[in-house]
Amino acid sequence: MKGYCLMGASIDLERRKALKAGGGLGLLALLGAIGLVRPEAAWAEWQKSAFDAKTMNEALDALGVTIPEDTAAIQLTAPEVAENGAVVPVTVESSLARTEQISILVDKNPTMLVSSFTYPEGTEGYLSTRIKMAQTATVIALVKANGKFYRVSREVKVTAGGC
Amino acid sequence: MTSPTKIRASIQNGVTEVRVLMQHEMENGRRKDEAGKLIPAWFITEIKAQHNGRIVLEGQFGTSVSKNPYLIFRFRGGSPGDKVTLSWVDNRGDARSDDAVIT
Repeated sequence: MKGYCLMGASIDLERRKALKAGGGLGLLALLGAIGLVRPEAAWAEWQKSAFDAKTMNEALDALGVTIPEDTAAIQLTAPEVAENGAVVPVTVESSLARTEQISILVDKNPTMLVSSFTYPEGTEGYLSTRIKMAQTATVIALVKANGKFYRVSREVKVTAGGC
Repeated sequence: MTSPTKIRASIQNGVTEVRVLMQHEMENGRRKDEAGKLIPAWFITEIKAQHNGRIVLEGQFGTSVSKNPYLIFRFRGGSPGDKVTLSWVDNRGDARSDDAVIT
């Protein structure tokens, strides 16, 4: 595993700082930020705080974001084992009415939030892309449909981390 | 210099499927070169897809998206001959816009 690229001293320090500051804040910022991406904006400002977020969890409650565990209405397709962490194919398909947003996160990546897309009316709740994974981790699809957030996750074993 | 985005858009049962391959290093800023120096982050931050000028998908990328980002999305309302445009902007401020015709 090519861990060297992730274990830079600065990253470790940043992560520690983030943890110290309380993981909740990171996700709060993350969700708040991705919630602000509006389809009508010409170029929505890139949400630095969201992509800088290093930790997940507790804040979901704090935010009042109701996340039912796995909903069968979202399908997250990813390989069980990824040999090359640099290119991991991921597909999210939501059959929820009025899917407004699909975000992909990897809980153990230095940059947790991979991508976030907004879906205007007429665009299917579907996204297929390729992501990087530093190590074995959980891939999370966060879907906003009709104003509510839903989540589906899947563990992907990574044999060679990619960056 | 930026390289053209490959776009393929085809319609089936009223749904247009768009396959996109952007050409970009997507450098995450944590890798080191042979001399041990950090390679600065360089990646696409924003993406916008339009169908005849109407936005059909809009999104943002972080550094965890693979090199040469690949994307598939689907929308309704397209017809053969319509134009699909894919634009992106990266963290250095480079931008490009490419289009394809729905088949």
